[in-house]
Amino acid sequence: MKLDPQSYARMVRRAAPPSALGRDCAWAFAVGGCICLLGEAMRRAYALRFAPDLAGTLTSITLIGLAAAATVPGWYQKLAARAGAGTLVPSTGFANSVASAAIEFKAEGWVTGVGAHIFQIAGPVIAYGTLASWVWGLLYWAMSRGG
Amino acid sequence: MSIRRRDTLLFPDPPAIAAWAAVGGKKEGEGPLGAALDERLADASFAAEGCTSWEDAESRLQQRCIRRCLRKAGVTARQVELAFAGDLQAQCTASAYAMRAMGVPFAGLYGACSTMAEALALAAAFAAAGYSERTLAVTSSHFCAAERQFRTPLNYGGKRTPTAQWTATAAGACLVRPAGAPGVGVASVTFGRVQDYAVRDINNMGAAMMPAAAGTLLACFGALRAAPQDFDAVITGDLGAVGSELLYAQLRKEGFSLDNHLDCGCLLYDRDEQHVKAGGSGAGCSAAALCAYILPQLAAGRWRRVLFVATGALMSQATFLQGQSIPGIAHAVELIAPTGEGRA
Amino acid sequence: MNYLWAFLVGGALCLAGQLLIDLTPLTPARILTGYVAAGVVLSAVGLYGPLADWAGAGASVPLLGFGHLLAKGVQQAVDEQGLVGAFTGGLTAAAGGVAASLVFAILAALLGRSKDQN
Repeated sequence: MKLDPQSYARMVRRAAPPSALGRDCAWAFAVGGCICLLGEAMRRAYALRFAPDLAGTLTSITLIGLAAAATVPGWYQKLAARAGAGTLVPSTGFANSVASAAIEFKAEGWVTGVGAHIFQIAGPVIAYGTLASWVWGLLYWAMSRGG
Repeated sequence: MSIRRRDTLLFPDPPAIAAWAAVGGKKEGEGPLGAALDERLADASFAAEGCTSWEDAESRLQQRCIRRCLRKAGVTARQVELAFAGDLQAQCTASAYAMRAMGVPFAGLYGACSTMAEALALAAAFAAAGYSERTLAVTSSHFCAAERQFRTPLNYGGKRTPTAQWTATAAGACLVRPAGAPGVGVASVTFGRVQDYAVRDINNMGAAMMPAAAGTLLACFGALRAAPQDFDAVITGDLGAVGSELLYAQLRKEGFSLDNHLDCGCLLYDRDEQHVKAGGSGAGCSAAALCAYILPQLAAGRWRRVLFVATGALMSQATFLQGQSIPGIAHAVELIAPTGEGRA
Repeated sequence: MNYLWAFLVGGALCLAGQLLIDLTPLTPARILTGYVAAGVVLSAVGLYGPLADWAGAGASVPLLGFGHLLAKGVQQAVDEQGLVGAFTGGLTAAAGGVAASLVFAILAALLGRSKDQN
């Protein structure tokens, strides 16, 4: 065959239809912005009664609860099919990944299915977030002793 | 009897596809071939039958399709001497569990989305050699079972890339009989060689499988001493829109113009309306297109001779994550319209 | 005004994620992991704190904010407990969000079932 991997890679790049960048970005910006706006409204409302840190925690718990609730009937998935990063990047996307895995692996049992797979998608975020914070903690400790 | 010419087996007395059936889910039922499906499932979860997993649902889908095919042929399961069947699930469980219910001699196949051509080619070879009087060739795929095995949980929110393909919830079954039986003839079969041109993008299967399709087509044209124009249609399994474009470009380089080409991935869905991105895929996609469209066209005499080339991508989740490129395979089956009293 | 900034900053952080998806071969899983790690780094160098004060939920709701939360938690714990704080601070600060995801996910699994995407 008149084909080699290098020239084929070029052919494939040319043939692949580009993502609708403008539309993708508009959706991501609008939906992501709205989720944050909702969060801000909640944060303000909670801040009327609670300390700022507690209001922040309550806001993220509420958003996570709403995202899990929207995951059950499949609404979050339907929105995400258009919104892309707009639903992926906010903490609601994190909640959707945990809730959808829990629902999906119920068929394999509560321990070996749900328990083992629940953080299948969110796990790397927790793992490397915690690791990065540990590294920063170590540096911060060294800096505060040095300084 | 058969004649071997390079990778191609020619059958001077063509075995016959005596009966066929296709079953599809809701989305497939709403597609261009929806009306031609033997059964459209309103609910592909089979929840009403007490089915609780997508793997089990696919197995039931395949069983439905086999029973439809046997009923159309007027044959009982007991009379079936061998079944070649395959699907996309790990360890081919959809087929194995369907065959547990059917109770027929069973040889499981895995050729990813190329499995229907592989099964049909083997069934025809067995029929031509006189090894089996009534042989089934069956494949299925189920969007939900494939999604949870190869991608993400179904309720997880993700956006598909424009080159991605949609796994069909569909099954197709053919009953193959030796020459002399009425039905669509199998004039030759070509088993493909694995081709790998270093495509690593799991969301662009059409590109990964194109070299296999091109390789098998060239082998076919060589062995049959034919060109694309000698067929009423050259039909690839599921290269989708992207893979099809690449195939035209490659065959032009090889000196063939492919202007009577169709692709099962683009036949099963309306790409503009049904949000399937580059088109359909899955072992059931080409099987359903074959049984709902290609075979009826031949049986009605609207086509005389077509080449059915189903393509498959042979990676696993593990090899993909380990950074290996995606090998492709394609098998070809040459189909001819029934002649004289053989007309179905 | 703060509402507007929450919308604009939150939207912009999501838009940046969409650009990474469309224009680079990075998978969503890698982008999210990168976002959290980047949040820790931006917080550590003192850039994310002011942004969070300014944009409120626009900075705290995207996953970068999760990284910021971890970094802030670890800093506070090191101040209070010394080196052991490097081990306890991050997860302590993140506990609310992670536990909420877990609890609501289990509830979702009790109530829901895997759905076809027709």
